[in-house]
Amino acid sequence: MTGEQIVFLVVAFVTLFAGLMVVTTRNLVHAALWLVAALFGVAVTYVILHANFLAVVQVVVYIGAIAILFIFAVMLTRRDMRDQGPQMNKNWWFGAVLAVLTFGGLYFLLQGWEGMTKTATSYPVGFDAISELGNALVSPAGYVLPFEVASVLLVAALVGAVYVAFNPRNGNSGK
Amino acid sequence: MLEYVAIALLIALALVVALAAIGLGYLFGPRKQSAVKAQPYESGINPFGEGTRRMPVRFYLIAVLFILFDIEVVFFLPWAIAFRQLGLFGLIEMVLFIVILLVGYIYAWKKGALEWE
Repeated sequence: MTGEQIVFLVVAFVTLFAGLMVVTTRNLVHAALWLVAALFGVAVTYVILHANFLAVVQVVVYIGAIAILFIFAVMLTRRDMRDQGPQMNKNWWFGAVLAVLTFGGLYFLLQGWEGMTKTATSYPVGFDAISELGNALVSPAGYVLPFEVASVLLVAALVGAVYVAFNPRNGNSGK
Repeated sequence: MLEYVAIALLIALALVVALAAIGLGYLFGPRKQSAVKAQPYESGINPFGEGTRRMPVRFYLIAVLFILFDIEVVFFLPWAIAFRQLGLFGLIEMVLFIVILLVGYIYAWKKGALEWE
């Protein structure tokens, strides 16, 4: 085994364990902190894949912003934080079967894909991934339309958040 | 991969320093428990209420605004690096992107969502 493989196995195990803790721990704040660990594991996976920019985005956006939002959302709720009810409902077996089927289906579909057996070719010398991403993002042949639609989506999220949290007519002036 | 050894070392160093700070105090510090010491620390004042009381919704609003502009900045970075190749079209596209977001920003501002009275 190469060093990279050992790092991957450790990171994959830590990520899966943290993900499992997110859904099994009783305290919601602890669940949010485990989520941070899982997200960091994904960031390290991006690093192993040489996706440097995605790794930084993962840390800055997911850990830096979205995990904080989760913790705020937990603090906004009442003292349901320590949920005493059962953690599974009576449909748990159906969810488990569905998960196994989904995994099996994905595995079956990916069998025919050459990326399953072949290792990816490394970047050519002088390849600048971030520059390529910037080009693809704004060029008409690339993703310029999704890029502009993303800004509309962001505005919709902003207006929605302000409206829900800050509407005096809802009897909620944000205090 | 090799350039990340520095980050791994930084994480390891942070762990060592944190564990040393706690561990040395645990090893050599005297431990006399009292009711006052067991209180939660609230910057020196007597704690009031519960630690799990509900927070004002404004914190949520600030977090959402932070995420949105965080994502905006994430889009800026690859654009800025490829800026010289993109030329005028790239500039116009980014101005359009910012103007659309500016509408939302002005809405939040007019609503008073950025004020904290």
